[in-house]
Amino acid sequence: MSEETHPSPSAHVPPTGAEAREKLLENYPKKTLRKRSKQMLVNETPETPAQIGANSRTVPGIITQRGCSYAGCKGVVIGPIYDILHITHGPIGCGYYSWLSRRNKTRIREDNETNYLQYSMSTDMQENHIVFGGEKQLAQAIEEAYEEFKPKAISVYATCPVGLIGDDIHSVCAEAKKKLGINVFGFSCEGYKGVSQSAGHHIANNGVFKNMIGLDDTEQDYPYTINVLGEYNIGGDAWEIDRVLNLCGIKVIGTLSGGVSYDEICNCHQANLNVVMCHRSINYMAEMMETKFGIPWFKVNFIGLEGTKKSLRKIAQYFGDKTLIDRVEEVIAAEMAEVRPVLEDVKPRTSGKKAALFVGGSRAHHYQDLFTDMDMEVFAAGYEFAHRDDYEGRDVLPNIKVDADTRNIEDLTIEQDETRFNLRQTVDRKKSLEDSGFEFSDYEGMMRQMKKDTLVIDDISHHELEKLIEMYKPDIIGSGVKDKYVIEKMGIPCKQLHSYDYGGPYAGFKGAINFYEEIDRMTSSKVWQLNRAPWDEEPVAKEEPAAVSA
Amino acid sequence: MLEGTTAEIRERKALRVNPVKTCQPIGAMYAALGVNGCMPHSHGSQGCCAYHRSHLTRHYKEPVVATTSSFTEGASVFGGMSNLTTAIENIFSIYEPEIVAVHTTCLSEVIGDDIPTIIKKAAEAGKIPEGKTVIHANTPSFVGSHITGFANQCEAFVKYLAEPRQGEEPRKMINIFPGFVDPADMREIRRLADDLGIEYLMVPDASDVLDSAYDGKYQMYPDGGTPVAGLKMMGENQLSVGLGPLASEPALKTIAKKCEQPTELLELPIGVSATDAFVNSLRLAAGVKVPTEMVRERGRLIDMISDMSQYLHKKKVALFGDPDHLTSMTRFLVEIGMEPAIVIAGHPGKKWEKKIREIAPGAEVRASSDMHYLHQWIKNHPVDLLIGNSYGKLVAKAEDIPFVRFGFPILDRVGHRAFSIVGYRGAMRLIEKMTDTLFDHTDRLCPDEDLELIQ
Repeated sequence: MSEETHPSPSAHVPPTGAEAREKLLENYPKKTLRKRSKQMLVNETPETPAQIGANSRTVPGIITQRGCSYAGCKGVVIGPIYDILHITHGPIGCGYYSWLSRRNKTRIREDNETNYLQYSMSTDMQENHIVFGGEKQLAQAIEEAYEEFKPKAISVYATCPVGLIGDDIHSVCAEAKKKLGINVFGFSCEGYKGVSQSAGHHIANNGVFKNMIGLDDTEQDYPYTINVLGEYNIGGDAWEIDRVLNLCGIKVIGTLSGGVSYDEICNCHQANLNVVMCHRSINYMAEMMETKFGIPWFKVNFIGLEGTKKSLRKIAQYFGDKTLIDRVEEVIAAEMAEVRPVLEDVKPRTSGKKAALFVGGSRAHHYQDLFTDMDMEVFAAGYEFAHRDDYEGRDVLPNIKVDADTRNIEDLTIEQDETRFNLRQTVDRKKSLEDSGFEFSDYEGMMRQMKKDTLVIDDISHHELEKLIEMYKPDIIGSGVKDKYVIEKMGIPCKQLHSYDYGGPYAGFKGAINFYEEIDRMTSSKVWQLNRAPWDEEPVAKEEPAAVSA
Repeated sequence: MLEGTTAEIRERKALRVNPVKTCQPIGAMYAALGVNGCMPHSHGSQGCCAYHRSHLTRHYKEPVVATTSSFTEGASVFGGMSNLTTAIENIFSIYEPEIVAVHTTCLSEVIGDDIPTIIKKAAEAGKIPEGKTVIHANTPSFVGSHITGFANQCEAFVKYLAEPRQGEEPRKMINIFPGFVDPADMREIRRLADDLGIEYLMVPDASDVLDSAYDGKYQMYPDGGTPVAGLKMMGENQLSVGLGPLASEPALKTIAKKCEQPTELLELPIGVSATDAFVNSLRLAAGVKVPTEMVRERGRLIDMISDMSQYLHKKKVALFGDPDHLTSMTRFLVEIGMEPAIVIAGHPGKKWEKKIREIAPGAEVRASSDMHYLHQWIKNHPVDLLIGNSYGKLVAKAEDIPFVRFGFPILDRVGHRAFSIVGYRGAMRLIEKMTDTLFDHTDRLCPDEDLELIQ
């Protein structure tokens, strides 16, 4: 096979960011063009990112990656809590699709427990419930669930029709709570709320904060306790983070919400610190916990070696104990001894290869670090449902205009808890550290880290993705299941960064090893060349044979 | 696994636990993808479209494209007309389909959007290019299941596109509605029809769409799919054969009425007698002799059944899934001497329950039920084999029951994408799958002295 007819993807000369942007915006009707122009930028000044039109409505008729508020609330944030019995109030589809489809791994702690993630429970609303209301159906479903399973808590999720017909799920839950004597609470996360999953994250944060956080005041007498917020244990990521933190001597009280239990969440206000992995989905919780309990937070990233090391060191510095700081260095050294040979092995093959990432609200940022470790170049990236602060950094928060779709999502007013504020003198610790330049409540956003003149595309459409691949011929794309086979039909491997293609973990040190090996396999694969058959190289006749008659 | 499930069965009236059905729009989306150059459009929130595309992708491992009206709270209050009109304009400008097949969701049904009027107004405003078509099907999620969604979309093809016969005589051609089966099954149904030498139009036809070949290029509208021109000519054909009553009856009824065309409604051709009925129906309609090779193919199946019958005899089977699939599968199990012990469908239907009880007297049969009930029942009445979609693996693991994947969706195995379960060959594949699974289970568990080399 000659190089000329089949150049390797990396040999291709790509367009500049500006050229590419122009091409991507071709073909759009006027209004759509106006809208999409604001969501697609060339990162000309990474240190002072330009304004991006994120968290705005998807134009109807555009093939989008985005899902809905229910998916963000039940599917992402609350769904992973394994010992809550989850009931979807609505027609069957929503509960069915969110059943075991997100790979937020979990395991029961004791033999007599039930892992409710293996169950999909729904009120399976029928036409008569739509006409006459579904509250009675919901009340009865909650009672039946209690009778059948005796869970410690029940959580209820509203789907589109529930909001429209006006079922008051919160009253039904309050009644059930009184009657059954267990915690029962609801989430008004109807699919039409907001412009993406993101609205559902916010609704979920509010509900978890109101109904779970602070219920268990059992004191933690361990000196280094933290919560990891915004980590959903896809493919076992949270377990790898736990492993590394445990080696260092840091105890995780609650991971919100991968592999977590109800009791752990109820007790997590006893921690000394919150660290935030996925800023988009959980920054609300971090802020609310700081206001109410005085627990400070900062952003971490356990995806990629540099991020993992930096995050561990920052946590150690926060506690300021020399033994802990030294222990963290020992752990890093020991873990790196295992990672280094793998990285050295794959790098000669991965070096210089090109990737683009279109996923999530944090992953398009975090995963750039892993590609950088392998000396690969990320030429374009974008989020599916992020807000401006996730792109431009938290310093833009005061300037973000609140539109109608966002205004409809409740913003809780939180007050200091008089008896439980600053339980572990964290307020004072934060103050003294800040004075010495330690940063809290921080997130610099994705664009500052991306190279100059790379492309930043929010809520990328199918059309744009197809064009982008044609122009850049990348070596790999990180995206989701809906794009995966579109991309692979073009002979470009696609790594699913929601489900990890049923692999993982990719967090921490062991996760990094998994990722390097996986990306090496994908970008070195010979499968795409199998397409060529001998007769493609040496044709002898133009006509296909006539059908053989029976 | 499923630790919360006990053998104590309580009657539940309001709580569905581990469903054996999903909602209508996904079926409509699948049916629409089986038309050449068609863009399925989900009129509702983005989440519906995202969930349906993801789920279909996980089953077919192929690109599944569809657009959405992306409802927000405003659209839910003021109606979805503006969203659908904008969508139609964008879809035709950006994605250039031949036809857009709109299906509704619970959201747009509850607010009462009048889709035909919106389509009409869009056409009047010039948003639908000359020669292009927009059709719709009502698929509220609070009625029926994914199978009725498929059926409604098939009916919409007839309602919108089929024209009454113009020619004096009907064409020597048969419309075949394959039902909600996989592309590999549609391909096999076509092969049987080809081998019988008949002219036919399959509606819809997802082969070469959702099992398209890799050639390094992406085609948004692959070469497969029923051509729109063909759909318009459906009324000219001599007969419509519908496979699977739940999936195909509405289309048949409508074509019979609209085009005064004879119709024949059959069960899905899974197993010996159901395949016989299909072949026989085509043979009689076309006036042809069944080719020797097909007779031999059938004979090879019977041969295999007789060879394996000692291992199948009176084996108790638990089945769950969609009614059309279950009817034919239950009959097949009875044909080969197995014993359907419990048959569970998520879709409601007293008539269907009665039919299954006639085929398998003594079986526990429930429509409008769920897998939790199936699991509890099995705890009380152990079975030898479990047959159903991928979700069955939870029950199979919990109870250590040999398990054969069958129906929709299969999310964790590859075979259904290439190999059919319909026709005589499909029946042979099912026998292979069942005996392999039973043998593997026995081989794994039996004492060394009982391990059989030859079976």
